[in-house]
Amino acid sequence: MEFLLQPLTLLTFFPLVGVLVILFMNSESKNAIRWVAMSTTLITFGLSLWVLTLFTASNPDLQLEAKYSWIQVAGWDIQYYLAVDGLSILLVLLTGLLTPISILSTWTAIEDRVKDFMIFFLLLEVGMMGVFLAQDLFLFYIFWEFTLVPMYFLIGLWGGPRRIYAAVKFFLYTMAGSILMLLAIIWLGNYGKTFSLPELIAQGGIPANIQMWLFIAFAAAFAIKVPMFPLHSWLPDAHVEAPTAGSVILAGVLLKMGTYGFLRFNIPLFPEATVQAAPWIALLATIGIIYGAAVSYAQADVKKLVAYSSVSHLGFVMLGLFALNAQGVAGAILQMVNHGLSTGALFLLIGMVYEQTHTRELKVYGGLWKIMPVFGSIMLISALSSMGLPGLNGFVGEFTILLGAFGSKAIGSPWYAGVSALGVIMAAVYILYMFQKMFLGPAGEITKEHELKDLNWREILTVAPLLILMFWIGLYPAPFFNLIAPAVEKLLIGY
Amino acid sequence: MHLSETIISLAPWLVFAPLTGLLINLIFGRRLSEKAVGTVASLASGAAFVVSVLLAYAVSINHGEVMRWRLAEWIHIGTLNLDWTFRIDSLSTTMMLVVSGVGTLIHIYAIGYMHEDVRFKHDEGRYTRFFIFLNLFIAAMMILVSGDSYMMLFVGWEGVGLSSFLLIGFWFEMDTLGRPSWANSDAAKKAFIANRIGDFGFLIAAFLMFWGFGSLQFDQVFAGASSLSAINSPLTVAITLFLLLGVAGKSAQIPLYVWLPDAMAGPTPVSALIHAATMVTAGVYLVARSAPIYATAPAAQYLVAMTGAITALFAATIAVGQYDIKKVLAYSTVSQLGFMVAAVGMGAYTAGMFHLITHAFFKALLFLSAGSVILGLERGHHHAPSSPTLPPKGEGSHRPLSPRERARVREHHEIFDPGDMRNMGGLRKTMPVTFWLYIVGTLALTGIFPFAGFWSKDEILLDASLHFTGIYWLLTIAAFFTAFYMGRQIWMVFFGESRSEAAAHAEESPKVMTLPLVVLAILSAVGGGLNLPFEGFHNLGHWLSYTLGEVESLPLDLTVAGVSTLLALTAIFVSWLLYGRTPLQAGQIDPLKRLGLVFTGMENKWFVDEGYFAVIINPFKKISQFLADVIDWRFWHDFVHDTLIVGTYNWLSTIALDHYADQKGIDAFANWLGTATQWISENVRKIQNGFVRSYALAVMLGVVLILGYLIFK
Repeated sequence: MEFLLQPLTLLTFFPLVGVLVILFMNSESKNAIRWVAMSTTLITFGLSLWVLTLFTASNPDLQLEAKYSWIQVAGWDIQYYLAVDGLSILLVLLTGLLTPISILSTWTAIEDRVKDFMIFFLLLEVGMMGVFLAQDLFLFYIFWEFTLVPMYFLIGLWGGPRRIYAAVKFFLYTMAGSILMLLAIIWLGNYGKTFSLPELIAQGGIPANIQMWLFIAFAAAFAIKVPMFPLHSWLPDAHVEAPTAGSVILAGVLLKMGTYGFLRFNIPLFPEATVQAAPWIALLATIGIIYGAAVSYAQADVKKLVAYSSVSHLGFVMLGLFALNAQGVAGAILQMVNHGLSTGALFLLIGMVYEQTHTRELKVYGGLWKIMPVFGSIMLISALSSMGLPGLNGFVGEFTILLGAFGSKAIGSPWYAGVSALGVIMAAVYILYMFQKMFLGPAGEITKEHELKDLNWREILTVAPLLILMFWIGLYPAPFFNLIAPAVEKLLIGY
Repeated sequence: MHLSETIISLAPWLVFAPLTGLLINLIFGRRLSEKAVGTVASLASGAAFVVSVLLAYAVSINHGEVMRWRLAEWIHIGTLNLDWTFRIDSLSTTMMLVVSGVGTLIHIYAIGYMHEDVRFKHDEGRYTRFFIFLNLFIAAMMILVSGDSYMMLFVGWEGVGLSSFLLIGFWFEMDTLGRPSWANSDAAKKAFIANRIGDFGFLIAAFLMFWGFGSLQFDQVFAGASSLSAINSPLTVAITLFLLLGVAGKSAQIPLYVWLPDAMAGPTPVSALIHAATMVTAGVYLVARSAPIYATAPAAQYLVAMTGAITALFAATIAVGQYDIKKVLAYSTVSQLGFMVAAVGMGAYTAGMFHLITHAFFKALLFLSAGSVILGLERGHHHAPSSPTLPPKGEGSHRPLSPRERARVREHHEIFDPGDMRNMGGLRKTMPVTFWLYIVGTLALTGIFPFAGFWSKDEILLDASLHFTGIYWLLTIAAFFTAFYMGRQIWMVFFGESRSEAAAHAEESPKVMTLPLVVLAILSAVGGGLNLPFEGFHNLGHWLSYTLGEVESLPLDLTVAGVSTLLALTAIFVSWLLYGRTPLQAGQIDPLKRLGLVFTGMENKWFVDEGYFAVIINPFKKISQFLADVIDWRFWHDFVHDTLIVGTYNWLSTIALDHYADQKGIDAFANWLGTATQWISENVRKIQNGFVRSYALAVMLGVVLILGYLIFK
């Protein structure tokens, strides 16, 4: 039983308790199922906060290790190995927070097969927690692949009209990248006689020419997930078709698995390849920032607009990671959280109005701020957070990333950051365009067809935690940076 | 020292006071009366003023020594250390006093103005929102002027941009005439984006500072800049020029000034507070604050001064051709900001700050009086038996009305532009208080002795005449135009006969509006006393020298003062010849039309907006459309993915693999996933024990097995 009481094990697998309970519930008692799912994820969030209290911020190393020998075949040693450090603690907390929020958002939005929906959602949380906590490459791979399945069904069963296409595409894109990663993992396991990440990093000494191949193999999986330009083609489909809660988790957590992968594996495992690749990744990130922002501006569907904005935002994260200095990397980690908060909030809010109008065409909206003042104000704050207004969270991340990238030795030129800073202007262009078309101007067609109601208390409660964090991180990010900084400094020792 | 320590600890209340007002109105606003809402907001702003006075006092008893108050840490990562630290010195307290002082007067005025405005616009519920935004603005502006680092300044810098966006778009569902339209929200968006372009420059400058000097805190940056031995080193030139872009955005200089005239879509107190007296002067403050960097880059200084001077003249010519009372003042503001930017560019910081202060007084006075005029006409319009409607044909500075709108106007007599000077005339009789206030503001702006503008403008001209002849002439000609367009405005608005029923029935504004104006009028009249060009009276210069170092205090130069006064009087005389001697009649075209193309250019703002649309905005829209439709969707999405990848895959699986292998291959798996899902989603209601549940059970089973193995092995 000692195994189960490990904080991280408990945190990762606790949602299974909810799954077990729900499995034996009558599928007609929808509210009861919702409450079970909600309580389970709230307790999971509580567990993640408990982990935070056990976590020592000043310690740069992996902590709260749960480590067991698991499979030993043919000289391989596969471990069950969970641990957390400054690189992952915030993402664990983000996952813990966004899951109950997403479930709360489905309260009236999901009426079909609530039971199955909640089971998938809870399984998804297990996968996500596992991805951020696994320190054994093989175990990581299992969790990584495992997240695909529930997400596939969430899109495929509860999605929009083209959900099958979107779900299959999402699945196959990620699979394609993952296969290369699997090959690299197997190679590493053979080479180091272990799949333990800390051990492999400590061994080091992978020949430079092989490093590059391994780097590319890992990068293939992660870059698709991020998604980096030009591998983003699955993202708009998945986002547009996914149900609101799916989009929130997809943008809020699943995309971060890609950037986190670079941070956790590529940078420490393949230092020489990382340095070589940095300018190229910075180039792709810069293109992604500008391209995503420009394409976002031309969208007629508001959900697609936000989806493409993710391409731009995640470009900032990649730029920061490969700046390979303290500001860039710490900013990138914080920006992963920021993007989860602001884009998560935007998807939630769009979902709330969609529930009433069943359309996301920008041109039928207009003047909503007059009819729905609370909704408009909350949307405005989320939009401003997304476009990086100082005083809110997005700015702290973007500023530190750009500052880091501007003087980065690894990237080697201030031009990437300079051009990327143009993305700050373009973000204002597309975000304000969206806000104007929906909330300002004369009342749109949709207001004549529907009696639109302002947000109710449940809906306000759903986004409230995100809003509080937007202000908190924007005004006083010190507690967050304190969690990140020691691990980042340790990571960058070799660079 | 003890006393000043205590006072300094109040510094955060510069921001907290207006935020408190904001929160009270946000939470309880619905339950409070209009008067209570306005009073709370005014008190909040007034409290910030009291704190500013105390802080200024603390600076003076400390003989100008810089004081700091660290509230909290902000961003600390690697070598980057940013704090929420308030910087109290003579420059920052000067700005605080102007912002909160003028700001409070405008809050009080707005109690009366918005009371009527929300009724004319039929949305009384929006009253509270206005004061919430106004308090937000004061808070942001206080952060801007009191920050001790470039980044804290930047927080305020973008914060005021946001407030400006919210207030320009306050009536977001209409245009300035109250018709359903995107116009006001377009103006708001334009202001935000133009400012963001400037902010891009600011950010790049900040990056250069950080990597060049290792800090973003003012003193450390200045120390780094002055330690560079080279004059005009590429680093400082680059920093100052990128900062200039920021200045051009915020302080509405060429090439980014275009947002400011459109910003007049906001209610008039907003135009007075944000778009005349305070926010737009932030760029001037930024240059003055960065004086030690600019000092090491004379080349950049000259460019700043030239930008200001050209803007001053360019905007003044446009002001001549405007018909909207607020548009004239808006271009006048751009022009006067040009004077200030030119001054600080030349290194004449005292002159620039002096003009900033006096301009805050008289331009706030003018805008608020214009607001009084506009409301006076609205009142007249609502009382008049029938309302005159259209501006005279063929010379609209506004977008010409479409035939349908014209028809509606004729039928319903609804649309009336109370801001169009062609609808005014003869208001000195119906609105005498406003008239005299306007006269004081005009005399101050045109620089007639002994009003405030005379002293401050003259100091700028004098400095220019000694060091930069070209700039001197640009500014002097701009001053001539200034006097002319203000003369034109006075004659058109207040003299002659009323050219509309509304003007004939116009009513004077209530005391809550006129009293703050009287205070501003007194300040506009005697504000010059802050810094008289006589030995021992350089009060402001002495005060600012604590922060900016000794600056030369010039004595009065009778030639410069004489030339500018003479030119101003000539310009007023010419305007009388054209507009005063024979007043405009209703429907009569502007006498300046005789100038032909030149006037057409002025009327249409030299077609700069159209140029930006043609060169930047439309191409950007087209490019992003092209990227989205052709590149991203048709090429990447449809062709590369759907055709190339899927096609190749299908081809491989049917040709290269035999049928049997295909069945068991990945394709089969994908197909299976696809059809399975499709089948389930279509038939789910018929299935009791569906696939989904079996799948979930299978997963569960696997997990349980693994866990069981681990636990019990």
